Parts: sequence; structure tokens; C-alpha cells
Amino acid sequence: MIHKERFAWGLLAPTLVILIFIGLLPFLYALYLSFFHWNIFSRTGSLIWAGADNFRKLVFDTEFLSALWKSIKFMFWAIPIEFILGLVLAISLTKPFKGRNFFRLVHTLPLTMAPIAIGATWKLMTMPGLGIVSKFLGSIGIDYNIGRSATQAFFTIVLMDIWHWTPFVTLTFLAGLTALPKEPLEQAQIDGASRWQIFWYLILPMLRPVISTILFIRIMDALRIVDEVWMLTSGGPGTATRFVGLHVWRVVFPKTEYGYGSAMSVLLLYFTIVLCWFLFQTITRGGKEEI
Amino acid sequence: MPKKMILKAIWYIVWIFLTVITLFPVYWTFLVSTRTRLEIFTRTDLLPTSFYLRNYTRPLLNDVYGSFLINSLIISTGNTVLVIFLALLATYALSRFRVKGSQNFFFWAITNRMAPPAAFMLPLYLLYTKLISVNGRSLLFDTHLGLILAYCVFNLPFAIWLLKGTIDSIPKDLDEAAMIDGASFSQVLWKVIVPLAKPGIAVTALLTWLFSWNEYLFAATLTSSRARTITTGLAEFVTVVGTNWGEMAAMAMVAILPAIVFLAFVQRYIIAGLTFGAVKE
Repeated sequence: MIHKERFAWGLLAPTLVILIFIGLLPFLYALYLSFFHWNIFSRTGSLIWAGADNFRKLVFDTEFLSALWKSIKFMFWAIPIEFILGLVLAISLTKPFKGRNFFRLVHTLPLTMAPIAIGATWKLMTMPGLGIVSKFLGSIGIDYNIGRSATQAFFTIVLMDIWHWTPFVTLTFLAGLTALPKEPLEQAQIDGASRWQIFWYLILPMLRPVISTILFIRIMDALRIVDEVWMLTSGGPGTATRFVGLHVWRVVFPKTEYGYGSAMSVLLLYFTIVLCWFLFQTITRGGKEEI
Repeated sequence: MPKKMILKAIWYIVWIFLTVITLFPVYWTFLVSTRTRLEIFTRTDLLPTSFYLRNYTRPLLNDVYGSFLINSLIISTGNTVLVIFLALLATYALSRFRVKGSQNFFFWAITNRMAPPAAFMLPLYLLYTKLISVNGRSLLFDTHLGLILAYCVFNLPFAIWLLKGTIDSIPKDLDEAAMIDGASFSQVLWKVIVPLAKPGIAVTALLTWLFSWNEYLFAATLTSSRARTITTGLAEFVTVVGTNWGEMAAMAMVAILPAIVFLAFVQRYIIAGLTFGAVKE
């Protein structure tokens, strides 16, 4: 038995080594650096012990906090809309109708596209002067310019995210709905339950693990969003759409404040892991109750 | 009967509307990619009546975009081969052996997938440029190998996550029967499990490939010239003064193409692959 477990760890070893090297090691290195002042342009060019200075600075860094707040605000706009829209579309796709497979195929497209290319396509649509959307809105008298209006830029990104990620919600729900056991639903129908009752008291509770998985993945990915935003608005106008991922990248790299940047990375990672763990618990617990 | 007809009509109008909305950004990009600089600003119609091929040929053949494309192909394919091989070994261990701490291992692996790339970029950049170098030349910074390894951070956990569902669903009796017939562990994995898990492996491999192909942030941070990918090339249009929109659209189309090809192949399997093992049948 011991021999077998050792063999299993042997199979896991290469994965473990790679993930330690590119996952854990960078993290520990960042953790170490976050206690130092380090700027490659500084005269000494070496590490200077900073204690908790970087973290103290971070907690009062209004730019960082406002970037974090923008990401959270973005999450609260985009995810509920994607969730409800995706659920409705998934339910309607369970009914057989002509052309269903075609719609499903089309609906999958945004999901597989490169985020950077999505940013490019949306930029081409919304650019003042050449974009079809800005031309059209201009012709009916709406002044639409995402290079100038912070609100318009923010909601264009929300719309782009909905366009990009609703298909993911739809397809995951569809997978969940098609895998549901048929007998309880048929039994409820025989017992005279209304369609709404069946949905609310039977289908939704059975879908709980699916719902948790969708929320888990969407929340993490919404916090990570960088590429599309960089392509579409580059965080502008001003800092209106500089979400937290973009902030770390845009602020730390040009300034090469590696110590401070590391502190930012560590805090962001900690924030994500806590959120991750919390959601993971709900998923596994949800799964156990189903059995 | 008429009421039913009207409902049906509304149903189809809604779906056609959704289809148009989904496809339009891609169609518009294609349209821009076929037009000259002047046409882009002056034409208002939505028909692809002319095709200005130079938008494609100039960046790919005369500029660096051709080599970016080749880099992307090498890195995505290399990463997929590595990830699928390692993930198969790991999932076999997680699915068929009782390993102490495997739950923790699994959670830790997923944390890597979910962590914001921004959190890894800076330390990974420093690690690549400062720590691992031979004779002052970095082995990983701005090399294909560097990105192939870096992409494991999100693709490996994801592949394990997807493949675990597939391999768990293969009855254990089969490998026990093979063992009784005298097969070794590795024979069970390659001769029994892998052939049965083929559809799942195919979907996982294609998604892995696509994620590598689509990735931007690591590529932008960990390369400078020799190993740049097509996505970083696309992003460079943003900072160029007086962007050539036609060429940008053409390169966006090139970046999208694998996604379209991918859909043609696996659309039947993708839904089955998206359960993440969350559905208990």
C-alpha cells in the first residue's frame, strides 16, 4: 500500500515541480521582495529593508484602492446580467427547435476568441470616426465617445464582457440541465406541480453545484480582466477603466518599483485565495448534499 | 393556431437577433480588414464588395507578424503536449490511487489557475530575467520554452480539473481486470484509460491549445523580441501613433481564426466538457 502511494506521488511529481517553479516560487519571491524597497533605477541598485512600509503604503494608496473598487463595481454589473441571461438562454436551448444547433454553435464563438482580439473588434466598432456604433449613435444625435466619457467607457466594457462571457454561462447551465435526472421532474409533473414550481423547487436546487461553479469561475475571471480593457480603452479616459489587474501592470512596470509592486501582488493573491477558498467550500459542500 | 404561429415567430426573431449581435463584431472586423485606409473612413455600407489583401500580406510577409504567428504556433503546441502528458499522469494518480492530501493538492493547483496573472507577472518576470541565466543570457526570458512553462500555471490545473471528470467516469473494474491479466500501471494508463478517455482528452487538448494561443499578459511581460506572439503583436497597434486600422483588423482576424476552426471540430463535445465534474448523475 505504501509502495502504491509512493508511486502515485511519482506520477504527481512533474506537475508538482512545474507548479512549484512557476506558481509557488514566484509567490515566495514576491513575498520576500514585498518587505524591501527595490527600484532598479535607484543609485545603490540593491535591496533596502522596508519592513511593513510597502503594505502600510498600499492600504492608504487611493489609486490602488480605487482600481480595486472599479473591479468590484465591474463585477457587480457584469456577472448578474450574464448569469440571468445565460440561464434564460440555456433553458430555451433545452427545447428542441429548428436551427438550435446552429444557434448554439454561434453562441460559442465569443468564448473561444482571444480576449485581445475581442478588445480589437470592439475598438473597431466604437472608435470615433470609423466605428459603426459611434457612427450610428452619432447619426441619431447621441454623443458617444469612449475616449472622453468615463461612464460610456465603463459600460462599453461591461457590455463587451457580457458579450464575451454570457455564452460560457449558457453552455455550462446547458450541460447541467441536460445531465439532470428525468424521473423527479416527471413525477412532479404527474403530481400536478406547475412549471414554475418545478423550476424553483426542483431544478434550481439540483443545479446548485453548477451555479457555484459558474459563479466561482466568473468572479475569478472578472477580477483578472486585463487584455480586453487594455485593448479597448487602455484604462482610460484618465483612469476611469483602470481595473486592478491593469493597475498593477501599468503602474508597476514603467515605474519599476519592484518592492512595492510585489506587495501589491501579494495582497491581490491573498484576496483571491481567500475568495477562492470560500467559494470552493460552497461548491464541495453543495456537491456532498446532493448525494 | 395563429397565436402559436406568432409565438414561434417571436421566438425566431429573438434568436436571429441574438445571432446577429454575437456575430456582428467579428463580421465588422472582417469588413474593416478588407478595406483600404480611405474606405474604412468613408464607406458606410455593410457589404464585402472589395478585398484589399495587402492588409494581410504586408504585416505577415514584410513585417514581423509572420514570425509572431510561427512563435504562437510553436508555443501553443508545445504547451499543449506538455500539459496533456503531465495532466494525464496527475489525474491517473488522483483518480485511481488513494493519496493523502490529494484534496489539498487539487485546491492548491486550482488556486494557480484562479490567481490574477498580475500577481504572478512581476515575480515571474524577475525570476526569468534575474535568477535563471547562463553566462548572462536568460534561458527562459524571451524564449519559447519560457512561455511554454509559464502557460502551465493556468493550463495544467485546468487540464487536471477537466480530465479528472473524464477519468473518474471510466469504470475501475476495467483497469482491475487488466491488472489481473498482468498489466502494469503504465500499461493500464496508456492501453486502457487513455483510449477510453479520448473524447475528453481531445476537448481538453483543444481548449489548452486555445488558451495558450489567446494568452496575452505573460507573453507581453516575458518576451521582448524573439518569442513574441501574435496577441502581443495585436496589442502593439494600440500604442502605435496613427494606427493602421485595416492591418489591425486583419491581424485580429488571424488571431480569431483558430477559434473558428476549433468550433467547427468540437462543438458537439464542448458542452459535455464543461460540466467540471460538478454534475452528479
